[in-house]
Amino acid sequence: MQCEILLPVPTSNSSDVIVVGAGMVGAACAYYAARAGLSVTVVDRGAVAGGTTGAGEGNLLVSDKEPGPELELALLSARLWQELTASLPPQIEYEAKGGLVVASDAAGMEALRDFATGQHKAGVMAEEIPCDRLGDLEPHLAPTLAGGFHYPQDAQVQPALAAAHLLRASGARIRLGEEVTHLLTQADGDLTGVRTATGTLHAPQVVNAAGAWGGELARRAGLDLPVLPRRGFVLVTEPLPRMVRHKVYAADYVADVASGSAALQTSAVVEGTAAGPVLIGASRERVGFDRTLSAEVLRRLAAQATTLFPVLAGVRAIRTYAGFRPYLPDHLPAIGRDPRMPGLLHACGHEGAGIGLAPATGLLIAQLLTGQQPAVDVGPFSPGRFTSVS
Amino acid sequence: MARTPGELVGARPGTPFEITVDGRTVTAMPGQSIAAALWGAGILAWRTTRNTGRPRGAFCGIGQCYDCLATVNGEPNRRACLLPARPGDAITTQEGHGHAGLGV
Ligand SMILES: Cc1cc2nc3c(=O)[nH]c(=O)nc-3n(C[C@H](O)[C@H](O)[C@H](O)COP(=O)(O)OP(=O)(O)OC[C@H]3O[C@@H](n4cnc5c(N)ncnc54)[C@H](O)[C@@H]3O)c2cc1C
Ligand code: FES
Repeated sequence: MQCEILLPVPTSNSSDVIVVGAGMVGAACAYYAARAGLSVTVVDRGAVAGGTTGAGEGNLLVSDKEPGPELELALLSARLWQELTASLPPQIEYEAKGGLVVASDAAGMEALRDFATGQHKAGVMAEEIPCDRLGDLEPHLAPTLAGGFHYPQDAQVQPALAAAHLLRASGARIRLGEEVTHLLTQADGDLTGVRTATGTLHAPQVVNAAGAWGGELARRAGLDLPVLPRRGFVLVTEPLPRMVRHKVYAADYVADVASGSAALQTSAVVEGTAAGPVLIGASRERVGFDRTLSAEVLRRLAAQATTLFPVLAGVRAIRTYAGFRPYLPDHLPAIGRDPRMPGLLHACGHEGAGIGLAPATGLLIAQLLTGQQPAVDVGPFSPGRFTSVS
Repeated sequence: MARTPGELVGARPGTPFEITVDGRTVTAMPGQSIAAALWGAGILAWRTTRNTGRPRGAFCGIGQCYDCLATVNGEPNRRACLLPARPGDAITTQEGHGHAGLGV
């Protein structure tokens, strides 16, 4: 018999950076940080994509963003998504399908025209589609619409699979089912790592990619970051052939997204998926982390979607799910170092655009972690903007 | 002689009637589900899967698995194990999601 010597299993719990959160944003931070040469550990109290990433949709939109810092981030992300698609497996279901925003009357059309003109100067491509050409793009659209705008840069992924494959491609060490309970600091205030329910992980820099729970994580470091959940329901139809080609949504969606009200807003957002079901959104309301099913929301989503696509009245909705968008009061994410604790970087609060904005966020975080010049101005995303300290 | 479930429970079913499966006539009993009538006629598969076109029929028999979907009187995705057969019902083999007509 051979004699075996049992060596201790290497339990290296130090790395250059710890990313808290294995959603789309955490996966992108891990990916770009690892590519910049850092050793990365990703910790999540649940599963990969078990947070909002697994409870939303995967539209990568530039069409719904007005000129400004978020659009800049979205345009950078759109390019990065194209790059990532080339190296990630087809299972992420990247589809450069384009968006179609439709208006029901002339006034709505005029508003879309103004919006698109502003976007055009910022580098967004949009083409006006008169009502008699809408049917060429989307044969099932209601014939009564006034017209729309086609945005060829809009795309789509399957968010949970995209996050999982990006995380795998990062090569980061992944620790699931471990909740970060404390951020550890030295006497001089420097960050040294995190404590989880099962032990201590060391790193001089920590990224808060905890999504809608980013405020809770910040509080565990004694810091305030006003991330709030903005609930959204999605209605899922039975599997169908490709019957909606683009991401199609009603013009009032943009106003709903920009609203700061806690009250319920719904506007029709319809898209097909590679798997077959059509996804119907979008609702927004701030009701805390309440998962209770709302029949009223579902009724409104179904009614609005069938107004756009009357044919949907004849197909079944087979399930629904809800997710919590990580909302910050000015609708911009927090991306950058916390001025109160420089080893801590925030990458959360992307609200309804975190899938789309994830690659740019990851790239910026990696640049900040390694002391490089960020690819876009991160000033507007400063986590310090909500406090008097800056 | 083989004993049927009906004999075992001493059932006294009403008058049998006819339904069709892809045009073929099949006899059903009042109260019988479409799946039961098809099984009774030796038909075990009445749907093909969406991606690979594999045959499917009833699996759980109690409305939970959705394997038994059939197009009944032109309406796709009816659970044959739950739907009582009615005189003249026209069942057609469902290919995939059964909504090919909606494709664009
Ligand atoms: C209905 C709906 C539709 C949407 N549609 C789109 C869309 O079409 N396009 C788009 O771009 N975006 C969309 N979004 C928004 C998008 O889903 C989010 O912005 C995005 O998923 C946020 O990703 P994240 O990685 O920041 O957060 P999450 O995916 O929530 O990841 C955060 C992770 O952190 C973990 N975590 C939290 N606290 C701790 C802790 N203390 N210790 C360890 N782990 C912790 C959680 O378990 C979670 O897994 C939608 C959202 C909803 C709800
Ligand atoms: S056989 Fe399972 S649902 Fe009909």
